[in-house]
Amino acid sequence: MTDVLLQVAVILGVLNAPLILAALLIWLERRFLALLQDRYGPNRVGPLGLGIVLADMIKIFTKEDWVPPFADRAVFTLAPAVIVITGLMSVAVIPITETIGVTDLNIGLLFFLAMSSMGVYSVVLAGWASNNKYALLGGLRASAQMVSYEVFMGLSLMGVVLMAGSFSLRDIVAAQQDIWFIVPQFLGFVIFFIAGLAETHRLPFDLPEAEAELVAGFHSEYSGMKFGMFFVGEYVGVTVIAAMIVTLFFGGWMGPVLPGIVWFGLKLLFFILIFILLRAALPRPRFDQLMAFGWKVLLPLSLLNLVVTAGALLLWKA
Amino acid sequence: MSDAPAAVAELEGRFGADAFTVQETRSGFPTLWTSRDNLPAFLKFLKTEVPRPFGTLYDLTAIDERFRQKRDGQPESDFTVLYHLLSYERNEDLCIKVPLSDGDAALPTATGLWPSANWYEREVWDMFGVRFDGHPALRRILMPLTWEGHPLRKEHPARATEMGPFQLPDERQEREQEALRFRPEDWGMKRTREGTDFMFLNVGPQHPGTHGVIRIILQLDGEEIVDCLPEIGFHHRGAEKMGERQSWHSFIPYTDRIDYLGGVMNNLAYVLSVEQLVGMDIPDRAQVIRVMMCELFRIASHLVWYGTFAQDVGSLSAVFYTFNDRERIFDIVQAVCGGRMHPSWFRIGGVAHDLPKGWQAMVRDFVNYMPDRLAEYDKIVMQNRIFKARTQGIGAYTAEEAIDWGVTGPGLRACGYEWDFRKKRPYSGYDQFDFDVPIARKGDCYDRALVRVEEIRQSLRIIDQCLKNMPAGHYKSDHPLATPPRKERTMHDIETLINHFLSVSWGPVIPAGESFVGIEATKGNNGYRLVSDGGTIPYRVRIRTPSFAHMQMIPLMSRGVMVPDLLAILGSIDFVLADIDR
Repeated sequence: MTDVLLQVAVILGVLNAPLILAALLIWLERRFLALLQDRYGPNRVGPLGLGIVLADMIKIFTKEDWVPPFADRAVFTLAPAVIVITGLMSVAVIPITETIGVTDLNIGLLFFLAMSSMGVYSVVLAGWASNNKYALLGGLRASAQMVSYEVFMGLSLMGVVLMAGSFSLRDIVAAQQDIWFIVPQFLGFVIFFIAGLAETHRLPFDLPEAEAELVAGFHSEYSGMKFGMFFVGEYVGVTVIAAMIVTLFFGGWMGPVLPGIVWFGLKLLFFILIFILLRAALPRPRFDQLMAFGWKVLLPLSLLNLVVTAGALLLWKA
Repeated sequence: MSDAPAAVAELEGRFGADAFTVQETRSGFPTLWTSRDNLPAFLKFLKTEVPRPFGTLYDLTAIDERFRQKRDGQPESDFTVLYHLLSYERNEDLCIKVPLSDGDAALPTATGLWPSANWYEREVWDMFGVRFDGHPALRRILMPLTWEGHPLRKEHPARATEMGPFQLPDERQEREQEALRFRPEDWGMKRTREGTDFMFLNVGPQHPGTHGVIRIILQLDGEEIVDCLPEIGFHHRGAEKMGERQSWHSFIPYTDRIDYLGGVMNNLAYVLSVEQLVGMDIPDRAQVIRVMMCELFRIASHLVWYGTFAQDVGSLSAVFYTFNDRERIFDIVQAVCGGRMHPSWFRIGGVAHDLPKGWQAMVRDFVNYMPDRLAEYDKIVMQNRIFKARTQGIGAYTAEEAIDWGVTGPGLRACGYEWDFRKKRPYSGYDQFDFDVPIARKGDCYDRALVRVEEIRQSLRIIDQCLKNMPAGHYKSDHPLATPPRKERTMHDIETLINHFLSVSWGPVIPAGESFVGIEATKGNNGYRLVSDGGTIPYRVRIRTPSFAHMQMIPLMSRGVMVPDLLAILGSIDFVLADIDR
């Protein structure tokens, strides 16, 4: 009985953590971005301005949740839910420590890739259902961007799978006992990192919502909690990608002295901060440049990575 | 302008001495009167046939002459349409005026010669009701399409209080909104091509990428821009009409708000024009103070452009850095002028006050501080590879096109055409300063940016020279028409006291005449054409702004590029809405 209760507690804990983290990330991003941009950021409510999280939540819950009369109501409502659900589903397969984690699927990596592909529907459907030209353009960009970056996001991870000999994320972490995969799979890491940025559509890959061009892109027509869901979905996405980078390339929970969960948390925070740093530093490429870069540079590179890894393993085994 | 009469002689040789009469103005270049019948041949001759032609239609405007008293020797006219031509090769201006009568105010269009005549002619139609036969789309440009009357006609009311209370009942609101509906057919655009429907996208009037209220209607095939149509006038406040009811002195604050990033730079063009009417000499100290403040504002304006341009292509941080630096400029401006963005600080005959104690330290700190920051911005913006990929080869035009369309300022220099009015026609003592005119070659978004960034450095050089060589002397002319007049002697004799009293209460009485001064403002050439009827208020104030001409080029620059490129182009031409609409 206590086992079951413990299991339930872990599941609830792991699934709630990204939501709480998402709320905190709003604060973190605003303060960190402000620091990088020579300004203060929200620093008035509560200690270190942390109260802004609460204020934001109150605001977003109490705002009028308006569905435009010209929108496709059912799809319009469904779209923001998709991004949060798929994000949380991905969290389920991430091994946080040796013992903590919702489930250990033997195809965990494929499950993550499937969920991130599903997440695209959220953006595309939102853009379509809004019946707004800016939203439509955003949705179109999102679908094109995701379709192309999905391809080598998967391919870039195949090197890791080859080396670990398993699709189970727990096995992959365990396989990094001697050396983190960042070393032998550096190319794979770079490609996955870029594809992950594109997947979460964060700057410099925020083309679906490029505010200077498309106002707010696919979520132009959203307000209230539905808008909030996109926001949360984006941060859950950032968290998941960062967690996957940690799991696949940086040895997951492993590290000296400190307990596993602390190591996992520190590595996660580091990559989240890198995401924010990139947002502060880089301009946004044009849509066709992004596609060209993906198909002409990243795809061949990820194939090359796969072939070289496979060849090296064959030689080594032989 | 030593060979100014050359153009007149050439016209005389071609058309005979009877074809035109010459009018005396204070502007320093010839103003000719000709007839409606002669006009097309005149313009064609000057644009295409004459050696070293007048390539630029610098300005096209009109004057409502019906209530003007002092126009000795000028032909009978109710409405005078005025073509201001500019030849870079000659470094020479020429003004051609055509008299029109009220009942028959129509002219043949000049759009066949200059594509830029399009908007100018629409503006004259909108403001004066002068028709241009053969114009491709002669409709209102600054006023709403539903407007009645032509605002710059003298009988049109100038104040809201003359017009009755404003009401917006539902049916009127619907009518106004219906008038804004875009119908592609009205503009000769097709809705489909080879079976594909075009998407028409409204960018603006409220859009984060347009930096103000302007509407650009895009005809899209996917994300590719097939054609586009800028619609301006949302920011129109009737600055020229206001000029006709403000005293010469009290119009100065209105000029601040034309190019609202240029601050006192606007004052300069206006007061120089007034001083030209009077023939006033300005003390050296006042001139150097003016130059220093103008260059500070040039940097401030360029910094706003720098940050927002980077933001337009998605780089979020630069704008915060440049705005912080701009704050430092405003600290200086505040200490010197008391105001920040709109100090209204220049005066007819000089400036409002002398420089405050300790100004040297503030300016020196800034001049020392800025170069390092610029080096940093080069790294985060100009040398960034994504930034280059977004801006190089985008929105390019050639020097010939630029001259044809009336482009001035950095936009012209980016095409490799070295032309800076501070160098070529030094005003306010710019010939005494040592600075370079940066140019670039390709005329694309990146090159326009390069030119502006280098201009910041050159402005710093000028400010440094002002700092080191600030002359002693008075900050205001002792000419009796300097406003407000100098006070020292007012308590010593009654004549000076009376003069001072009148000058302050009525404002100065500026002698009748016409003047024109164009300066190298932050965004290009900003010119003030003033007509005085010998009173305390101007008879006509014409404000020629660079952004108006630049904005008209948007369709040319953006055909065939993608939506994000349009934003890069808009950012790179550095316009200010008030500078377009006035």
